[in-house]
Amino acid sequence: MIQGLSIYHFLVVSTLMFFIGVAGFIIRQNLITILLSVELILNSVVINFLVFNRFLYPDQLQGHFFSLFIIGIAAAEASVAIALIINIYRRIHNINADNVNEMKF
Amino acid sequence: MTDFSYTLLIPLIPLLVFIFTGLFGMKWKPIVSGLIGTVGLAISFMLSLLAGYQYFFASATESFHSIIPFNWLWLSLSDSLQIQMGVLLDPISVMMLVVVTTISFMTHIYSLGYMKGEKGFARFYAFLSLFTFSMLGLVMATNIFQMFIFYELVGACSFLLIGFYYQKPSAVAAAKKAFIVTRFADLGFLIGVLILSFYTGTFDFEKLTQPGSTIFTHVAGLSFMGISALSWAMGLIFAGAAGKSAMFPFHIWLPDAMEGPTPVSALIHAATMVVAGVFTVARLFPIYHFYTPDVLIFIGYVGGFTSLFAAIIAITQFDIKRVLAYSTLSQIGYMMVGLGVSGYGGEAGLGYMAAMFHLFTHAMFKGLLFLAAGAIIHAVHSNYMKDMGGLRKHLPITHITFLAASLAISGIPPFAGFFSKDEILAAAFHSNKLLFYTEYITAGITSFYIFRLYFNIFWGKNTQYKHKPREAPLNMTIPLIFLALASTFGGFIPFHNLIAPDMKPFATHTDLLIVLPSVFIGLLGIAGAWILYKKENDIPEKITVWMGGLYTVTYRKFYIDEIYMFVTKKIIFNRIARPVAWFDRHIVDGFMMGIGAVTVMVSRKIKGLQTGELQQYAFVYVAGVILFVLTFLYYLG
Repeated sequence: MIQGLSIYHFLVVSTLMFFIGVAGFIIRQNLITILLSVELILNSVVINFLVFNRFLYPDQLQGHFFSLFIIGIAAAEASVAIALIINIYRRIHNINADNVNEMKF
Repeated sequence: MTDFSYTLLIPLIPLLVFIFTGLFGMKWKPIVSGLIGTVGLAISFMLSLLAGYQYFFASATESFHSIIPFNWLWLSLSDSLQIQMGVLLDPISVMMLVVVTTISFMTHIYSLGYMKGEKGFARFYAFLSLFTFSMLGLVMATNIFQMFIFYELVGACSFLLIGFYYQKPSAVAAAKKAFIVTRFADLGFLIGVLILSFYTGTFDFEKLTQPGSTIFTHVAGLSFMGISALSWAMGLIFAGAAGKSAMFPFHIWLPDAMEGPTPVSALIHAATMVVAGVFTVARLFPIYHFYTPDVLIFIGYVGGFTSLFAAIIAITQFDIKRVLAYSTLSQIGYMMVGLGVSGYGGEAGLGYMAAMFHLFTHAMFKGLLFLAAGAIIHAVHSNYMKDMGGLRKHLPITHITFLAASLAISGIPPFAGFFSKDEILAAAFHSNKLLFYTEYITAGITSFYIFRLYFNIFWGKNTQYKHKPREAPLNMTIPLIFLALASTFGGFIPFHNLIAPDMKPFATHTDLLIVLPSVFIGLLGIAGAWILYKKENDIPEKITVWMGGLYTVTYRKFYIDEIYMFVTKKIIFNRIARPVAWFDRHIVDGFMMGIGAVTVMVSRKIKGLQTGELQQYAFVYVAGVILFVLTFLYYLG
């Protein structure tokens, strides 16, 4: 256990990160920022996994492995998303989410 | 027994011609369609003559039999209800074959000249062939249902050909009028056919017209509104026949039908289609005679009234085609009288024979009158008598042929009309004096109006023409000459040896007591017309003034058209159709429109929800989740 820190401190941090991520995903227009917000949401979940594993089942490792998987998938997702954003930028010289509506109609 | 299977070709050739010219006529030069139609009809004409010869003259038997070379099962609705399509040959159908193909062939030749350069030449020929096919199918029908089908087909062809000049509003109106009036009458025909076949269980003419058959036994007791069911059926069938034959009160369409091209008037509205009604009555004659004699004499009275009524109107008309149209009505009335007064078997069948005889001669001389009128219109470019006069110098052939036809219709011996009309009068004289005197007076009026027409066109005033009228080309005059010969000598065909209601020929004798007065009144009519119209004078004017209102009423055709308009427009349209239309437009339509309007309104309100903005959706989604979580926490926690 980490001295002076209870499970609640960690959960408050992860909850804050999650909602900051959700708010950023909804509010921001810049595609890069939206991607960052998604990463924040993912990382808050990673923290949750680790914290619950550590505090509730300290002799097991599933939470750790799950976290590693999430980080790996997040990296892959980020690379795909950035590739998309670069392509969008090449096309419309802009990465504003409002302007990416060519496929809509 | 001679093999008559080739008669199937007689209607099939015009059908094939119709299909080919109808499909490809637009692509060919116009004259090609005309020639194909004419050649096809020539073959049909030859085959009909051959059939007529073989049927009537080749076998030397005492009586004729019905021959059915073909009878295919067409619709098998149930074991007892089967409808066939076939070919029936008996004296009247063979005679009609000859009449229809003769007039149609002449019209085909004539139209090569008359319709030359006309827009829609190929269409005209296609319709003519279709009409010929339908008419031949009608006369050859083996059962009453086949007859009904072809009845409708000739009606449709009549509609198409009256409306041939479809850019002329009056032609369109006339076509519509003819179609609606005959259609309305055909409804009666259909109901009559249904009643008849419901009780007898058959459509076949063979079974229906067999004298002494037992199929009518269980109809005998049935009645509706005091009239027996069989009388209703036969009366309604006659209503259909009256519609096609333009008997009063269905006669209104025929004069308007003159809007069509003149060859059409000659073929359809003088010689063939309008006698389909007479033919129908003749075909079902044994039923009329044996089971519903009241209907038969009613037919006679309708015919007699129409013939007098139409002859009176014909005196006052100025459009030459309209005079001829009313004359046609009058002559068909004669045929109906002939049937109405006829008996069955032996000499009593004189009226029946005379009606068929008159049908034959009338087809020849009235077809001729119309074709000659067409030649006159072709030369003068007008339908009205006032634009004509003194044409005998300009149109010698037309003049002579027209004169022959006029003498024939007036019943002057030895022209064809004399024999047939005289026999109708004789038949009427022996069975019904009232009809006899009606027809006797009508005969005088007939010769008066036809010679009024003749003198006005060919004699009368010396009109100065802007363009000198020229005689019609050869392809128009040859049919005229042919029909003039038929009108002159057609009366010598021994019809009484050929046609009888029971198919057993009988001998007729000439009754001088009837012949002399009828010739006399014919000559009287001619003399009257001679005095009034031979030289230009003001006597007709004076008579018109002297007659006053009576003249106006006649000129206005006794206001029958106006009465029809009143009934349809004022009563049916205003009192019935308009409220129904209001209900439909406001209640039924309103309900459906309301549903539509509400849907549109609601969707307009909520369509803002669907923006396609992912972030907005995410916001709604997250907000919704939070709301749910909070609600659950509040209630469960």
